[in-house]
Amino acid sequence: MFGKVLRRIDWLTILIYLALVFIGWINIYSSTFIEEQTSLFDLSTRSGKQLFFIIVSLVAIVVILALEANFYERFASIFYLFSMVSLLGLFLFGKTIAGATSWYDLGFFNLQPSELAKVATALALAKYLSDIQTDLRRRKDQLYAILIILIPALLIIPQPDPGSALVFFSLIFVIFREGLPLYYLGIGFSLILIFIVTLMFGTIWLVIGLFLLIILFFFLKRKSFKVPIIPLVISSIAIILFSLSVNFVFNNIFEQRHRDRFSLWLRLEKDPEKLEQIRKTIGYNTYQSEKAIESGGFFGKGFLEGTRTKGDFVPEQDTDYIFTTIGEEWGFIGTATVIILFSILFLRLIYLAERQKNDFSRMYGYGVISILLIHYFINIGMVIGILPTIGIPLPFFSYGGSGLLFFTLLLFIFLKLDTNRLKENF
Amino acid sequence: MRRVLLSSIIIIIGITFLSRLSYLQIFSFSPDQLLEDPSIKRIYSYPERGYIYDRNGHLLVGNDPAYDVMVIPREVKPLDTLEFCQMLGIDKEKFIEKLTKARVYSPRLPSVLIPQLSKEDYAKLQEKMRKYKGFYIQKRSLRYYDTPSAANVLGYISEVNEGDLAKNKYYIQGELRGRTGVERYYEELLRGRKGVQYIQKDRFNRDIGPYKNGSLDTLPEQGKQITITLDKTLQEYGERLMVGKRGGIVALEPKTGEILSMISGPTYDPSLLVGRQRSKNYTELYNDTIANPTWDRSIHAQQPPGSPFKTLNALIALQEGVLDESTTIRCYNGFYVGKKKRGCHCGGGLRNLNSGIYQSCNAYFAGTFRKIFEKFDTTDEAMDVWEKHMKSFGLGDYLGYDLPFGQKGRIPNKEYYDKWYGDNRWSSSFIISNSIGQGEVLATPVQLANMTAAIANRGHYFTPHILKKIEGKDITNPKFTEPKHTTIDKKYFEPVVQGMADVYRKGTAKWLQIPGIEIAGKTGTAENFTKIDGVRTQLTDHSVFVAFAPVDDPKIAIAVYIENGYFGSRYAGHIASLMIEKYLKGEVTRKDLEKRMLEKTLEHEYAKPYSGEEFKINERVW
Repeated sequence: MFGKVLRRIDWLTILIYLALVFIGWINIYSSTFIEEQTSLFDLSTRSGKQLFFIIVSLVAIVVILALEANFYERFASIFYLFSMVSLLGLFLFGKTIAGATSWYDLGFFNLQPSELAKVATALALAKYLSDIQTDLRRRKDQLYAILIILIPALLIIPQPDPGSALVFFSLIFVIFREGLPLYYLGIGFSLILIFIVTLMFGTIWLVIGLFLLIILFFFLKRKSFKVPIIPLVISSIAIILFSLSVNFVFNNIFEQRHRDRFSLWLRLEKDPEKLEQIRKTIGYNTYQSEKAIESGGFFGKGFLEGTRTKGDFVPEQDTDYIFTTIGEEWGFIGTATVIILFSILFLRLIYLAERQKNDFSRMYGYGVISILLIHYFINIGMVIGILPTIGIPLPFFSYGGSGLLFFTLLLFIFLKLDTNRLKENF
Repeated sequence: MRRVLLSSIIIIIGITFLSRLSYLQIFSFSPDQLLEDPSIKRIYSYPERGYIYDRNGHLLVGNDPAYDVMVIPREVKPLDTLEFCQMLGIDKEKFIEKLTKARVYSPRLPSVLIPQLSKEDYAKLQEKMRKYKGFYIQKRSLRYYDTPSAANVLGYISEVNEGDLAKNKYYIQGELRGRTGVERYYEELLRGRKGVQYIQKDRFNRDIGPYKNGSLDTLPEQGKQITITLDKTLQEYGERLMVGKRGGIVALEPKTGEILSMISGPTYDPSLLVGRQRSKNYTELYNDTIANPTWDRSIHAQQPPGSPFKTLNALIALQEGVLDESTTIRCYNGFYVGKKKRGCHCGGGLRNLNSGIYQSCNAYFAGTFRKIFEKFDTTDEAMDVWEKHMKSFGLGDYLGYDLPFGQKGRIPNKEYYDKWYGDNRWSSSFIISNSIGQGEVLATPVQLANMTAAIANRGHYFTPHILKKIEGKDITNPKFTEPKHTTIDKKYFEPVVQGMADVYRKGTAKWLQIPGIEIAGKTGTAENFTKIDGVRTQLTDHSVFVAFAPVDDPKIAIAVYIENGYFGSRYAGHIASLMIEKYLKGEVTRKDLEKRMLEKTLEHEYAKPYSGEEFKINERVW
């Protein structure tokens, strides 16, 4: 039976997975390297611990592949319930690290239930959407689907861990893939656009721009086209109200550090000297990581030769900022390799998802892609300074046992499902 | 469509990331990474700056240790401030002010509290230093001058400025470099190369070991010991003679072009620009815009050369064949340009080449100049030939010595006069003053000395230079070791040299003879003007003298230019003779000349234009 799995499993994905894990570990080793280190398996060092978890993950892979494929679909709801309870439990028994109550102390390591929740939510969403009775054309079903995503997100926000919460919203892509009307996405993007435009140019210019757009619209419209006056007026008012509320939220509800992040990201500060000042203080992490990556040049400084890495100039360099190590020590060659590996992985996963006969497998596949993609996008975007600072790890790379374990679970459950792709139902 | 959307998002993200990364890592990347990297500390070790010796091996410039009291503010423990201040020789307010300043700069890094303690203070302080935590003494090396002279030639060192930093990547803030003279020109030889040690730091600025195990570290390379061509004794003697006078003296060894002495008056003691009083002294020297002690007159002062220039006109006339030794020209106690008479001091009568030179007859050389121009069909042609000959003596252009460029001087050419008078609207009579070294020609003392060396060598010269040996090895730079030939044939020099020898034997310098040495020379008395309240006013003539000796085997060629010294045979002639005697004999027998020169000053002359009163020039008495 196991032979069949090995024959059918997608080896390309496994290869990329192993490559990413290996590169990740090399860089954790380098980031935390100290001369006195003796053994690779020294569990008191971070690279030693990570190596231990890589082995645990490999064992987990064997277990995942050994289990029946329909096990995951059948128990999806239970997983989901269990993980929600574990998130709730954090409020009572959680361990606080770096200001966020996101962990259970299991003695030998800290478990982060939000990682588990990612897998469980992806499974639950796939299960709900693939249910024969679910019809995404119905408002009620749309709402339920969104609720499945929203519940864990709302439980995670107060930890506080907005980064992890954000990850769940990426699952909207799954619902969207399965038939959620396009305008939801349209509204979402419009809101982000209005948010940015309001911050950068202010409400006045937004109104002027809107007005000009409407005039242009009337100017270009076909004669026969009947203008939906009332929706137009309502949406215009809604946009202006939203824009005003953005101002309000930004100025009154956001804390200064949030404001600074945005003013850095959108370059709201016009005075170049002050901007440089913000870059070096508020944007210290990003500033240092950009500088470290820049200093790597095309070829990099070489393994264990990253001077800024050694000097610990970039904070969190073995976790969220692991990518800077690659940038400094392996240069553009290293960073490009990683980007290309991830891109191939995602495209391959889309291909795999699309070839599933079984709806649940496909939807879960999209869930996996969405979750991995948003991590990848936000993490690297933040490290190279094109997105504001949001602390989430880079899958398979960042130091962290539960992170690695659950990303492995997430991916290999899908690969297991893929080995059963020919069966419409298990 | 929905299927494609996610794939395109992935590809767009990938491309965005790659372009941002290529912007960071390929376009923003600068190869000077190591210098900008905050995690790499560079510790420099500085080699000792090279010593400078004179041609006879006497030390001119060495190094002296100096002691800075340093402080690391964070490590300072409460102390007996009063006692400490007393030992440092400063008051308590000043001490607290300095300490605060150091703390503002950085509590962790060392700052200089008191720079350059004297050796005595250091000795007192050294034993008790242990008591004061956070303070220590750092040894530095300062330039030490073993001569009070040659400041203009040796130059000085000072801290690098923004311009140096931008131009030369070698230097970093706070380092020293040669600013003028030899210190500047041979900066790279003298300074050596600093050694560097790279230290890996963490973000708290703590050392965490050598970077790349020290594989990039370098050892300091010692500064080279150099020997310069100056004769310390002669230089010092010349500067003593120059006290109270303004002008320049340049003495060369004709056989090599080596600069034996290069004196600018007034000058200053080079030690003034070292140590704690440096900036105060520098400001004082720099602000003296009347006497201009920091302005090296020997290479910068462009003045009319006066009568020594006649010798060149004689040579050109001989070379062009417009006259020979026996050709005579009558002097009417002057000569006529049109109907206007120009004066002459020679006494009048029939003059030939020999007497023309030793009596310095203006009429003879005006005639000579006319003859040169009459040879050619057009003035332009004649002017070109004249200019070519003149320039072959190193006049009218930078000489190319290994010191600051100095000035070009001026040999006027036809374009110059075309601009003044218009094309074809001038002739030799317009520019006749050039025949006697007045008019438009200008030369610096070093150019005059070089010209004299060319005559002494009978037709060639070596570019004057100051560097003699590097670490005991003679220089081989062909720029200085290969002769430059003038356009005058060797055979034409002898009559002119004889004329110059007769200047001493029976001519304008017969009172300046030195027993046992045959000298050839030429006096010069150059008219000059200044502007007082916008009015062109004539001042007392400059006293000029060029000479070389011995006539048959020249060992020294000298040009002396004394501003407002009147007759060439007065100040300049005296000084030239004394210098020659000093150099060739080692001591001076003409004590009468020496006494006069050491005592006399020209300060009263220099005060005249500033007095605001009417004044007389060219006074008979002296």
